[in-house]
Amino acid sequence: MTDTVRTSAPSAAAAKHLKRRRAADGRFRYYGLTAIFVALGALAVLVLTIGTQAFSAATYNVVKYEVTLDPAVIAPEGANRPADISRNVEGFYSLVRDELLTTFPEAEADRVSRRELSDFVTRLAVLPTARLVANNPELVGNTITLTAPLNDDLDLYLKGQGVKERKIKAGTVSSVQGEEDGTFRLAGAEAFEAVVTGLAVASVDRAEDAGQPDVLLTAGVSTGRLTDIDAGSARMELLTGRAQDFAQARPTARIIVSAESERTISDRQIAWVLALKEMGRVDRVPRWTLLTNSDSTYPELAGGLAAIVGSLLTMLITALVAMPIGILAAVYLEEFAPRNRLTEFIEVNINNLAAVPSIVFGLLGAALYINFLGMPRSAPLVGGLVLALMTFPVVIIASRAALKAVPPSVRSGALAVGASQMQTVFHHVVPLAAPGILTGAILGMARALGETAPLLLIGMVAFVGDVPRSPTDESTVMPVLIFSWSNNAERAWEPLTSAMIVILLAFLLVMNGLVVFLRRKYERRW
Amino acid sequence: MDTTQGTPAMMDDTLTLPRAADGAPRIDCRNIKVFYGEAQAIHDVSMTFPDRAVTALIGPSGCGKSTFLRCLNRMNDTIENCRVEGEILMDGENINDEDVDPVLLRSRVGMVFQKPNPFPKSIYDNIAYGPRIHGLANGREDLDAIVEKSLRRAGLWEEVKDRLTAPGTSLSGGQQQRLCIARAIAVQPEVILMDEPCSALDPIATARIEELIDELRNRYCIVIVTHSMQQAARVSQRTAFFHLGNLVEMGDTNQIFTNPREKRTEDYITGRFG
Repeated sequence: MTDTVRTSAPSAAAAKHLKRRRAADGRFRYYGLTAIFVALGALAVLVLTIGTQAFSAATYNVVKYEVTLDPAVIAPEGANRPADISRNVEGFYSLVRDELLTTFPEAEADRVSRRELSDFVTRLAVLPTARLVANNPELVGNTITLTAPLNDDLDLYLKGQGVKERKIKAGTVSSVQGEEDGTFRLAGAEAFEAVVTGLAVASVDRAEDAGQPDVLLTAGVSTGRLTDIDAGSARMELLTGRAQDFAQARPTARIIVSAESERTISDRQIAWVLALKEMGRVDRVPRWTLLTNSDSTYPELAGGLAAIVGSLLTMLITALVAMPIGILAAVYLEEFAPRNRLTEFIEVNINNLAAVPSIVFGLLGAALYINFLGMPRSAPLVGGLVLALMTFPVVIIASRAALKAVPPSVRSGALAVGASQMQTVFHHVVPLAAPGILTGAILGMARALGETAPLLLIGMVAFVGDVPRSPTDESTVMPVLIFSWSNNAERAWEPLTSAMIVILLAFLLVMNGLVVFLRRKYERRW
Repeated sequence: MDTTQGTPAMMDDTLTLPRAADGAPRIDCRNIKVFYGEAQAIHDVSMTFPDRAVTALIGPSGCGKSTFLRCLNRMNDTIENCRVEGEILMDGENINDEDVDPVLLRSRVGMVFQKPNPFPKSIYDNIAYGPRIHGLANGREDLDAIVEKSLRRAGLWEEVKDRLTAPGTSLSGGQQQRLCIARAIAVQPEVILMDEPCSALDPIATARIEELIDELRNRYCIVIVTHSMQQAARVSQRTAFFHLGNLVEMGDTNQIFTNPREKRTEDYITGRFG
């Protein structure tokens, strides 16, 4: 033995071997880092796409209407009890529609434009106001400001998502002349040069068979559609407002790439919504209705309250069933059961159960609970029981791992002072394993909270407009609501779906946070 | 903690336990055989343990001394596949009888393990746990008195009296082992089994435990398994040498270490194998 430390390899072959080993080491680290970056990148993309979508759904545009609560309309003789007023959607809606028609009298001209204007607000949007008036009858006869969400397509347009457009500032319009066919000729030196250039650029991007882009010109609350555009003049068909507004003004031109027939909103609707915005009657406000409303066929009214309550009720049933069964089974198997073929068989099957695809549990639930036991369809009770079936193997496995991690010295210590086996288990082993058991249970519940497939099979996918009051009421849950919303065709559902996903993720984050908290707080060393 | 309020029985340190008739063995083992599945670990061992004395079990690793020790409080029951045959008489009663409750037995035969294993609870609760589950204390004051007495007997009271609520695991290794001894004492056993109680401790802590064992000898029948022959020589009055599951020789410690009758014993204590 010598005390010197060998720093050089004993032979060339050994040196080569050493070098290869170091290279393998370095490569492995590189692989690991790559894996982490890929995973983080995927997560970042997910959060970003869902986050931006959800962010746009977090606010929405509401329109204010000054309406006089005419008793003849909202509380006619014979139907003026509060209950009648709160149900008088048609009356309140007509107030709003009439107010819109007064603001934009040109819509009276034909049925199509009347309908286009009434589309600004859905009938059911006045329901909160109806309820408010029903609860405060003294309001009848007064003038109030009624706020109702804007139609979802117009909302998307104002958010810059619905319709592709290019905004161009036009030059000064020097003269406005009325023509015989009701249009106006706008003229001004170089006034429309930028618009002509813009149109040329827009045409390049367009498919050959598409129609001509629309050009809307806005000055203040007035908007018109331009045709026959050249650098110094253009013909304008007035959509709303007064032609005089354009004189001596520098209006804003909007080149809308898609033709009117390809869009969900018409030029007139764009003109009106721009006017409302110009009047300061459109506010972009936080969309609390996402949490306070229940499902609706209108995106601007839809919310997740019923699904959130449904999820909570379902989780309650799952927790009440899966946690006691899972924990007791784990304690028995780990601490009391003799080790023999039967327990081994049970163990293997519990592990198998945890690996069964969730949709199979849905089939089982439909057959057992609904067909055989006759429980109500679409109810959190059945959903909770199905999810409990799915969750309790996970709870058993996690709890057994936690119990196994308690050192045997604790058990022998307790047994040696004369504790019975049950006292040993419940005074010492289970308290020590509790953080691990709870972690497993909550993670199992979190998995159940995000589960969709089994619930589809027991009918929880139905449209539910009312908040469930008990576990036997019709209900849906958050992931299923997300699934239903994502199936809807209208574009406005897309950001709403993302917003609902964010709400679901928030619930999951809270549960995982709870796990971390419990582990930090109760984890004990031995 | 006010100890003057303790009940007379608790304060009477001289005698709370029945004493075996003078010279009579506390434990009498007859033809003990232990099997792990098919493998036999102990072959037909018969021996006695005197009251108020320390008996050391020595022998090379795997010779069955710990297994034998665990027969004395039926801790082998907790091991799957382990089967014990033979009679172990305490006060004339065979503890291997079907109708003997191992829980009651273990309150009479305390045990201290190789590695200190205090419960992850406060020092107070570590001691109080046994008396609580056996219903030995009438009320809080009584329990306080038991805790103090047990800690005093284990020579730990002065060190921990100001921090009884601190976790038992916060103590040093030697203190933890004395806490475990106090925990065993608290349920008023007649016998204390020690399974290599010093093997995880440094020499100073070991010396402290050995002193303690010497003090406890006046009250209890103590059986200690040890790997250290010096320790056996220091603390025990009787020594039994095990080899390959057989009891090779048993006698007074002096005699075993100075004048062993068996060749194997001599070889072992002189360090020729083991």
